[in-house]
Amino acid sequence: MRPDTVAPEADRNPAPHDETVPHTHPEPGVDPHPPLAQAGRALRVGIGGPVGSGKTALVAALCRAFAGELRLGVVTNDIYTTEDADFLKRAGVLDPARIRAVETGCCPHTAIRDDIGANLDAVDELAEAVGPLDLVLIESGGDNLTATFSRGLVDRQIFVVDVAGGDKVPRKGGPGVTSADLLVINKTDLAPMVGADLAVMDRDARARRGDLPTVFLSIVGDPAAGRVADWIRHELAHHAALHPVAARGGPA
Amino acid sequence: MTTSSLLLLVADGRFPAGAHAHSGGLEAAVAAGRVTDLATLEAFLAGRLATAGLVGAAFAAAAHRAVTSGSAVRGSTLALLDAELDARTAAPALRTVSRRQGRALLRAGRAIWPEASFDDLPATPGGAHQPLVLGLLCAAAGLSRAETATVAVHGTVTGAASAAVRLLGLDPYRVQALLVGLAGRCDGIAAAAARAADDPPERPAAAAAPLADIHAEAHATWEVRLFAS
Amino acid sequence: MRAYARLVARADGRGGTVLAELRGETPLLLRQTPGRGRAVTVYVVGGAAGPLAGDDLRLEIDVGPGAAVRLHTVAASVALPGRPGVVSRMVVRAVVRDGGALHWLPEQLVAAAGCAHLAESRVEVAAGARLTWRDEVICGRYGEAPGSAVVHTRVDYDGRPLLRQSLAVGPGAPGWAGPAVLGGAPATGSLLVVDPSLPHESATVEGTVARLPLAGGPATLWTATAADAHTLRAHLEGEPLLTEV
Repeated sequence: MRPDTVAPEADRNPAPHDETVPHTHPEPGVDPHPPLAQAGRALRVGIGGPVGSGKTALVAALCRAFAGELRLGVVTNDIYTTEDADFLKRAGVLDPARIRAVETGCCPHTAIRDDIGANLDAVDELAEAVGPLDLVLIESGGDNLTATFSRGLVDRQIFVVDVAGGDKVPRKGGPGVTSADLLVINKTDLAPMVGADLAVMDRDARARRGDLPTVFLSIVGDPAAGRVADWIRHELAHHAALHPVAARGGPA
Repeated sequence: MTTSSLLLLVADGRFPAGAHAHSGGLEAAVAAGRVTDLATLEAFLAGRLATAGLVGAAFAAAAHRAVTSGSAVRGSTLALLDAELDARTAAPALRTVSRRQGRALLRAGRAIWPEASFDDLPATPGGAHQPLVLGLLCAAAGLSRAETATVAVHGTVTGAASAAVRLLGLDPYRVQALLVGLAGRCDGIAAAAARAADDPPERPAAAAAPLADIHAEAHATWEVRLFAS
Repeated sequence: MRAYARLVARADGRGGTVLAELRGETPLLLRQTPGRGRAVTVYVVGGAAGPLAGDDLRLEIDVGPGAAVRLHTVAASVALPGRPGVVSRMVVRAVVRDGGALHWLPEQLVAAAGCAHLAESRVEVAAGARLTWRDEVICGRYGEAPGSAVVHTRVDYDGRPLLRQSLAVGPGAPGWAGPAVLGGAPATGSLLVVDPSLPHESATVEGTVARLPLAGGPATLWTATAADAHTLRAHLEGEPLLTEV
């Protein structure tokens, strides 16, 4: 439990109506967010979750959200094809030079939890290649509900599940659901089609996660994943306070 | 802690130096249809032991010797060993992989033995070759030169064998039995490698494997790789 | 049988090359043939079958500053068995001095059944000098399994290690025919080209032929495996690679 992490009350509301609230900036080109304090090293945020839950789409949404606002890098542990790179490039969300792929030898959980060197190297290489970064998103390979990131690799982790995986997923628990700093229940727009009860998922998530926040998300309705982005901004401010610029030069 | 416990810790595939992501050329050999079952895996491991296994172990042992013999010129000896290893690694993809693995191992070594001096390693772009880092790390762990060579050889065969279990779905008991059958040969290679460390740097094994070079360069061009090597 | 041969080439001061020394003995005889360009062309003429186990053949090559030499053999050398427990040995020592060029383009080494052969080459190339060096091994005569052969090549460029490779085939080399080394191919070899004037090229691979830029100097190694000697030669044909000699 981290009392300094405030879960906005809105996050607690199951999401069907969320898509009706457009997440747009008041005026194009004007950033409504106050400038963030600079941290001595990038905040590293892990994004994990089962195959197909929408991790890559969330990464793309966050790239969109932070474009022009933060110096961003992405490390992907998933099978990463030219097609994937082209997707991000075409969407105009991220320069391919800011993306690094890590091979995991068919052991995606090992690369993010037990033996994190290749991911740490990728983070270092990004900074060497494109200069200092504010935020690095580390996307895990699709794995099961037990896969979580090492605290040696990430500062915060987001676990992504989707309603199409069944509304019992939060009830099942597992380290990802119970202990991730943010749980994202994705693809809420599909809930009626797959017969998932968002209220049940919300109730189970609360039971499993105590005070830790949960966000319901539909990237169809919110292409910049506004509330996830807001949560990251909040964590960034907290991170900057813990790692002031003066601390720069410490181990990455 | 006794030396044998340290030997087991350093040789363990769970030692966090990125071994899980490297197949030692096996992924490319599988893709080329050359390794398909236990018999072809055994032939692959035998060839790899006699080539990359011997060379890697000889250089790990030589690096260990360079930093444990009380020499005043350990830095220049290690730099020479690094250049000699470059000359034994014709494929640029394999040189890159070896230096990447060296970096990963160095990260672990510095974190685990912060008091040990890894600063004698040459400041080569991309980092020192993995066998050199392994030699220094084993020295930091208090292992002997023979044990250092054993760790190196062990990593050569177990990395590829474990990748074969994952890529080909081979029966893990039978793969383990295969490794047990190769243990005597591993010990023999390690002993030869440890002896070679007393030779001048230009002398130790240079065992070439044309397909290792060819496979490695092909692998490096793939759009999607499951393994880093 | 023991034999020693020596070749010393010097620039003639008029843009050409003269042989200051050319001597050999059976079965290692050297013959100059009419060359082209500024290089002299010399053939190693086998004076007897072999090498047989027990043979110890040594060839020294010294290419002086600005001189250029092309060296060929008239036929493949077939390493044959002899007395048990005894190896045959062919040792080549070459020095290529500043501005010199040596093109060593011999025919194949055939490791016949039962042979025990060591081919060992050591080449020192001065900065700015050029070298073409081909090694080809055929594993056994037609339809036979090879004896043991080791081809060890050690090249320094400007006093630094450039290439160290030791290819071992046959019963003395565990796994040699397996998927980590030759993958069942009966023919393998490499062609080293050291030439400071060539542009740097990246590695390429096509089938079982790879072009590998080396770390220790302006050099590229072509390495290949093939189903037969003819195909291998097509991969490692040095001639088109030679710049004007």
